[in-house]
Amino acid sequence: MTVKLSCSNLWKVYGPDAASLFDGGGVPSDEVLTSGGYIGAVRNAGFDVEEGEILVLMGLSGSGKSTLLRCLSRLIEPTAGSVCFEGQDITHADEKSLRSLRRHKMGMVFQNFGLLPHRTALQNVVFPLEIQGLPRIVRERKALDLLNLVGLEGRETYYPRELSGGQQQRVGIARSLAVEPDVWLLDEPFSALDPLIRREMQDEFIRLQRSLKKTIVFVTHDFDEAVRLADRIAIMRGGIMVQLGTPEDLVVSPADSYVAEFTKTAPKARLIRARTAMQPLAGFTDIGSDDAVIPADATIEEAAPSVLAGKAQAIVIDDEGHPLGELTRGRVIEILFAPPEAEAAEAAANRDEAAL
Amino acid sequence: MSVRSAGLEEGKPVPSPAVPIAVGVALLVVVLAIFNPAWSDRWPESWEIPLAAWTTSAFQWLANDLSFGLFTFRNLTRGIAWLLDRPFDLVEGVLFRGFRGLGLGPIPWLALSLALGIAGYRLGGTRLAMLAALGVAYLAIFGVWKDSMRTLSLVAVTVPLAALVGIGLGVLATRKARAEKILQFLFDIMQATPHLAYLGPVAAFFGFGSVPGMIATAIFAMPPMARCTILGIRTVPDSVLEAGVMAGCSPRQLLWRVQLPAAKRTLLVGVNQVIMQTLAMAVIASLIGASGLGHKLLFSLQQLQLGKAIESGVAIVIMAIVLDRLSQAWAKFTPNHLEEEKVWWQRHRALLSVIGTVIVVSLLSMALPFLAKLPKSLTITTAPFWDGGIRWMSKNLFDYLEFLRDDFTLHVLIPLRNFFLWLPWPALAGFVGILAWRIGGTKPMLISLGLLLFILVTGFWVPAMMTLYLTSLAAVICMGLGVPIGIWSARSPSASKVILTICDTLQTFPSFIYLIPVIMLFRVGDLASLVAIIGYAMVPAIRYTNLGLSRVPPSVVEAARASGTAKRQMLFKVKLPMAMPEIMLGLNQTIVLALSMTAITALIGSRDLGQQILKALPDLDTGRGLLAGLCIAAIGLIASQMIESWVKQRKKQLGLSG
Ligand SMILES: Nc1ncnc2c1ncn2[C@@H]1O[C@H](COP(=O)(O)OP(=O)(O)OP(=O)(O)O)[C@@H](O)[C@H]1O
Ligand SMILES: [Mg+2]
Repeated sequence: MTVKLSCSNLWKVYGPDAASLFDGGGVPSDEVLTSGGYIGAVRNAGFDVEEGEILVLMGLSGSGKSTLLRCLSRLIEPTAGSVCFEGQDITHADEKSLRSLRRHKMGMVFQNFGLLPHRTALQNVVFPLEIQGLPRIVRERKALDLLNLVGLEGRETYYPRELSGGQQQRVGIARSLAVEPDVWLLDEPFSALDPLIRREMQDEFIRLQRSLKKTIVFVTHDFDEAVRLADRIAIMRGGIMVQLGTPEDLVVSPADSYVAEFTKTAPKARLIRARTAMQPLAGFTDIGSDDAVIPADATIEEAAPSVLAGKAQAIVIDDEGHPLGELTRGRVIEILFAPPEAEAAEAAANRDEAAL
Repeated sequence: MSVRSAGLEEGKPVPSPAVPIAVGVALLVVVLAIFNPAWSDRWPESWEIPLAAWTTSAFQWLANDLSFGLFTFRNLTRGIAWLLDRPFDLVEGVLFRGFRGLGLGPIPWLALSLALGIAGYRLGGTRLAMLAALGVAYLAIFGVWKDSMRTLSLVAVTVPLAALVGIGLGVLATRKARAEKILQFLFDIMQATPHLAYLGPVAAFFGFGSVPGMIATAIFAMPPMARCTILGIRTVPDSVLEAGVMAGCSPRQLLWRVQLPAAKRTLLVGVNQVIMQTLAMAVIASLIGASGLGHKLLFSLQQLQLGKAIESGVAIVIMAIVLDRLSQAWAKFTPNHLEEEKVWWQRHRALLSVIGTVIVVSLLSMALPFLAKLPKSLTITTAPFWDGGIRWMSKNLFDYLEFLRDDFTLHVLIPLRNFFLWLPWPALAGFVGILAWRIGGTKPMLISLGLLLFILVTGFWVPAMMTLYLTSLAAVICMGLGVPIGIWSARSPSASKVILTICDTLQTFPSFIYLIPVIMLFRVGDLASLVAIIGYAMVPAIRYTNLGLSRVPPSVVEAARASGTAKRQMLFKVKLPMAMPEIMLGLNQTIVLALSMTAITALIGSRDLGQQILKALPDLDTGRGLLAGLCIAAIGLIASQMIESWVKQRKKQLGLSG
């Protein structure tokens, strides 16, 4: 896997002459920020996004998700730190190379759609291609294909105000895909939609990504959405990235009570894998004929029927068939039915204590 | 300042300024009365600065002597005038002169009527089509065609010019913070300066005639366009801009393909304002030789040929209404997908039918010349009719009106005027200073006193007091009448509709028009001026009251009703206080309009600052005219900065935004 997009020590501080805070090469402390009336919208963020991966940024309102996302495309100028695109540092790239990067390699979808009100759906999708300078026939053909792809055939001539929210966002998605970007940035693309439509759009998105395999950074404040879409999730609080990991990591071992609060309602059985939930085998000799065999990567939801139905042990095996551990009935039932809050809160409390 | 902000933080109501002001001014007057120094009665001449004379010489030097080496300033102004004359010539040729060399006549009246009718139909449906077509037909049938077309030529060239310059400056302002500061400052002054004051400086550089009239008009009409451009660009949603940037737009592409088109609606509102301002100013520009309806109107007024004046006045009003409704419809016009699905000749059917109509009517008019130009025998002049009406009125009504006029003048106007003229300047300065300080603190006080000082040192105190007397009386009456009407209109939707429509229509009338009925009723004199000013300046008082009341949040009304508030209490204890900031903004607008109209009443003999501007015109005493205009602006700015600072605080206290 290659790293497509990455950032390190990334800061965005709002306030008078914020850049001076970083003059000595050091970083400002919390006290300096608060006493100086600064807002640390992004504080020391660093991560890699691999090719074809979906990284979801999560956090409460005002936690700096949008700011971080915009720093990646340099819609917002970072105060300190660096952003790399395909291994090239673009933190100090000039306007011209940025423009060409945006024209060919990046696409973005906005929470409020950001459609040009004076252009029809088709003309909106055509817009980035027009800026690229493609000939008219080519760009219109391409835009029509994209509108079909997002299920808007027949609406090409509609103006944004004549379309529903879901339809508008489909146009936004088609437009962001028009330039065939390598990296796709989405800022709460479905938040403005009602729950039913949102769900439908998420399914569409998954379907699209299956064929497109873009590198994606996706912002949301909805954990269910994050879980449905993400390869990895980064949780932000007050500009700081508190935890970065797979949905399973976050559920099983939340870094603190803030993260635990997010994962509270997560569908655990669907996220936790047998590998994580198993116990070491005690005095094991051989897999018996009664024993259920569970692949290590199976989720508890998938494993549950055989674990619960089998009379004997449930053995977790790796790809080569070697036994790794045992999945007890008690553990499976616990994950399936235990009040999720209690468990997560307990785990988080332990962790908070440890942190102190 | 600190007193005020402390009060604000604790949410205390603003203490009434009345008591300390009364005490302060009373003290001042007593002191002045006891010592009665000569300088308090009248600002000593030796303290005046001959700014007017200096300005005049500066203008003369610029116009006559300045040279840039290769060419002189005069060459430059001549060049500009020549350049502007080209499109003007062309439009005049199309509208009423024709092109002799090409053997082409001007556009037939029927063709123009139908063309505007088609445009009206496309933009607003049958009603607008009828309005536009009949409006134009009226001009032809009632024998004011040529003058109307002269005025229309002026409008047709000035509007694009002013709009383009305005958009350019607006774009500049959104890009350079410094430019915006300077421009906003200039626009504030320009918009407080009455129409009349623009004429002098332009005449000094460009002489008299239609092109100078056009230049003055364009300068006057431009600021609203720039302001709308700034507003429009600023209100393009962030995400739309970001989408543009993410598509890889260069700054230029962003401007032309994203910002300006997305701001189109606001820009068109600006164009509508430019059109209305242009028409208003085009009439006044007749004072420096712009021909057309304004010229006719002015001439007839000066000759007291009221019938003819009314004839031109009605024509101007009809033109104003047609142009206003068409441009408003254009601003509201939104294309839809049904339109986009059609083939190109269907999409452009309006334009195509306009072209077709013009060609067909032009060909027909070769056989039937009355389609192109109605012969005198077929036109109707309304002047005798109006004259008859006026004669009847003079015979039957004027005795009573004269009685009323003389009584009112003798017992109200003259004493009030004498009071203003008697008022020692330190007393007025004290009053204004303390009021400004109580309202906004040190800064508004210093600005107000500085502006008053400007009026004093330029030596315009006496005419300024005449302006103040007419304007403040008119403003008080406007509020006294306008606020109740506004309250009434806010109560019932049906009344509201009628009243707001009347307001809309009144606002399209160029200020000149208001002189006609008052001359009819009261001849000349202060009462006539006063009534004209009230007529012109009352609309904002009504509108803003209505707006303020209808903007009171329903939740507040609901809550008050739940706690058992009676209808009357609701109005006085809940709604009016909440609406007060808007109402005060209405007062601000009323004052600005009243000041501008007061200047124009100089044409019917009021001896205010406007009279100074008027007198300076033929003498090319540019400094005097310009400074008198700036004095009017100064009075307006004193009022508006106090009102604005009050409104800002009050809105904050009430928890209202913006
Ligand atoms: N232009 C700005 N000037 C000052 N502060 C800003 C600016 N833009 C954002 N902020 C602050 O930065 C912080 C992060 O904002 P950001 O928009 O990134 O939050 P978010 O996580 O996207 O929130 P939401 O879910 O509401 O979109 C907030 O505290 C916000 O107030
Ligand atoms: Mg956001």
